[in-house]
Amino acid sequence: MKIHIKNGHLIDPKNNIDSKLDVYIAAGKILALGNTPEGFVANQTIDATGQIICPGLVDLSARLREPGDEYKATLISELQAAVAGGVTSLACPPDTDPVLDEPGLVEMLKHRAKQLNLAHVYPLGALTRQLQGKVLSEMGELREAGCVGFSQANIAITDTQVLWRAMEYAATFGFTLFLHAEEPFLAKDGVAHDGEIASRLGLKGIPSAAEALALASILRIAKETGARIHISRLSTAEGVAMIRDAKKQGLKITADVSANQLHLTEHDIAYFDANCHLKPPLRTQRDKDSLSAGLKDGTIDAICSDHTPVDDDAKLAPFAEAEVGATGLELLLALTLKWATQEKVSLLHALSLISPASAQILGIPAGDLSPNSIADICIFDINEYWKVAPSALKSQGKNSPFNGLELAGKVKTTLVHGQVVYQS
Amino acid sequence: MNNPQLDADGRLRHLLSIEGLPKKILNQILDTAESFVGVAEREVKKVPLLRGKTVCNLFFENSTRTRTTFEIAAKRLSADVISLNVNTSSQSKGETILDTVDNLIAMHADMFVVRHSQSGAAHFIARHVPNHIHVINAGDGRHSHPTQGLLDVFTVRKYKPDLHNLRVAIVGDVLHSRVARSEIHALTTLGVPEVRVIAPKTLLPAQVEKLGVHVFHDMKAGLKDVDVVMMLRLQNERMNGAMLPSAQEYFKTYGLTQEKLSLAKPDAIVLHPGPMNRGVEIDSSVADGVQSVILPQVTYGIAVRMAVMAMLSGGS
Repeated sequence: MKIHIKNGHLIDPKNNIDSKLDVYIAAGKILALGNTPEGFVANQTIDATGQIICPGLVDLSARLREPGDEYKATLISELQAAVAGGVTSLACPPDTDPVLDEPGLVEMLKHRAKQLNLAHVYPLGALTRQLQGKVLSEMGELREAGCVGFSQANIAITDTQVLWRAMEYAATFGFTLFLHAEEPFLAKDGVAHDGEIASRLGLKGIPSAAEALALASILRIAKETGARIHISRLSTAEGVAMIRDAKKQGLKITADVSANQLHLTEHDIAYFDANCHLKPPLRTQRDKDSLSAGLKDGTIDAICSDHTPVDDDAKLAPFAEAEVGATGLELLLALTLKWATQEKVSLLHALSLISPASAQILGIPAGDLSPNSIADICIFDINEYWKVAPSALKSQGKNSPFNGLELAGKVKTTLVHGQVVYQS
Repeated sequence: MNNPQLDADGRLRHLLSIEGLPKKILNQILDTAESFVGVAEREVKKVPLLRGKTVCNLFFENSTRTRTTFEIAAKRLSADVISLNVNTSSQSKGETILDTVDNLIAMHADMFVVRHSQSGAAHFIARHVPNHIHVINAGDGRHSHPTQGLLDVFTVRKYKPDLHNLRVAIVGDVLHSRVARSEIHALTTLGVPEVRVIAPKTLLPAQVEKLGVHVFHDMKAGLKDVDVVMMLRLQNERMNGAMLPSAQEYFKTYGLTQEKLSLAKPDAIVLHPGPMNRGVEIDSSVADGVQSVILPQVTYGIAVRMAVMAMLSGGS
């Protein structure tokens, strides 16, 4: 299959390309950029006039809900959502049912995803068995089965000795740990940022100190063990400052922020909007500003969607009882573009935060449009506005704090491995 | 998002919290309540304002006192009243809140009085009921208990009519208290210039001063020269743990005794939402003393709840 994408504006942040270039694809790979290679006859031509061609997006955190929670979402529904959002590779956390702590489960998930021929799925294995924070999982076996890193999802390891050993073991083999920094005792039963809004609404708060305390332990042990750590979904100004310091000290650390945190604060909870019940909680304007500054200066490496599809019934409850999470795969691009516009960040820089930077953290071949790379491509119209409407989302999770909002940036075509897998 | 409590013309549609209600509406409720105080003293303690209407008390959390006062209020307005303790029936069978509400709507309930252990439960129900149905929040988690807040300011107004010249202290477990939040909003909205909260740091929510209150940790300093003391109930489960070491120590530092009350103005009044823990947050001699207005609060509570129900059904 040979594809010619013509008349588009190519942005490839990894190779610092930002110009009008045609793309030629053959056998699932990028064959050439710019001039037609000799003897190239396309089977399919995609006219990208007025559109932007960029490497397919790479999402660091997308829950697919399989195995176990198929009533919330299925592999097929969420991978269709992924490609509709221009996401061609994604990492999924291990908090499925059963949890991803068995090589067989990982192999099956990879196999089922591959058969669907949509986005690439890169599972994060459970760092400890059953995510219980007691016994290390078989990281080596899980790696062979296809895990690109190890994670505790939202469940903290409370025993620092186990955390230490987990980092030592992972560091031995060069595995990356994906950790969410939240001290579980301080965060216990919390559902919102511990501040003005939670106090007014009578919601149990999660103090910013919960993130700082957990980060302090993680960073200190990382320093000792030399482990490579990725902090998932940073939420506080203090957390950003701590990561900045750690990077200065030369720790092998990276971090991401969820697109939700870049646009929302505790105030968006308004009159108990359950769609704003998220983990980490929406924090203050000051935190939001610091996260944004951290992204701009490179302290934070990437933006993730934190895609967490929840079935409608699970959100139909008073705020604290409504299940945590929001759909995100189809919003990642538009929310990143919105942030870039507001913060006057170049398109090249913005796209790097949701593609090559994430690919590098995961250590996967993606986020690159140079010749011979895998042809995972997102083509979008930056000027086309669309309204976030639950019924129009491919994801089975229809809950989003952004429902009803008009966003610029519509994905027109997505290619995975040189094949068109989505067209709007 | 629109204010869910008001209709398009700014009239009261639901009573969910004091916050978000304009002063005009609060005064309207209090003035209406004034006209209902006399009803209980008549030989026939009834007015026909809610005749033919069905009021449904939907209590997802146990309560005897609040439920009873709402029942009496509705009956004095001639409504038909159904009271359901949902936590002991449907919820334990797995029925969701909305299923319960939908079933009662299908039975043509006109008004719901809702109590639930989760903050935001009344807002949640109000968002899902059809236009002609009204919801009154009778307490949601730590968030709000608007009729209690209203009856407290009604009581204060009875004894201290000039609200613009008052110093009020709210004492106790503000963190877990929906009553405190409602009182604070009611007092500040009605123009009380100084509202204080007095509690140990463990019983105050984060950034409580943003609610417009002055924070005191020392009871004696906090009570100095106040006109009104509003005590809060301390739940049993908070007494021994990380919040407080013991009920004894709490009483010693924050319990209201005659001695501490003497620091307030000589004519200061003492309120308590009930039920009281005598010897924990309040000494019996104060609770039963001349400055206590705790029983009048209960009486006025019925008039205030009648006023709210009458206004919601358009009959005021």
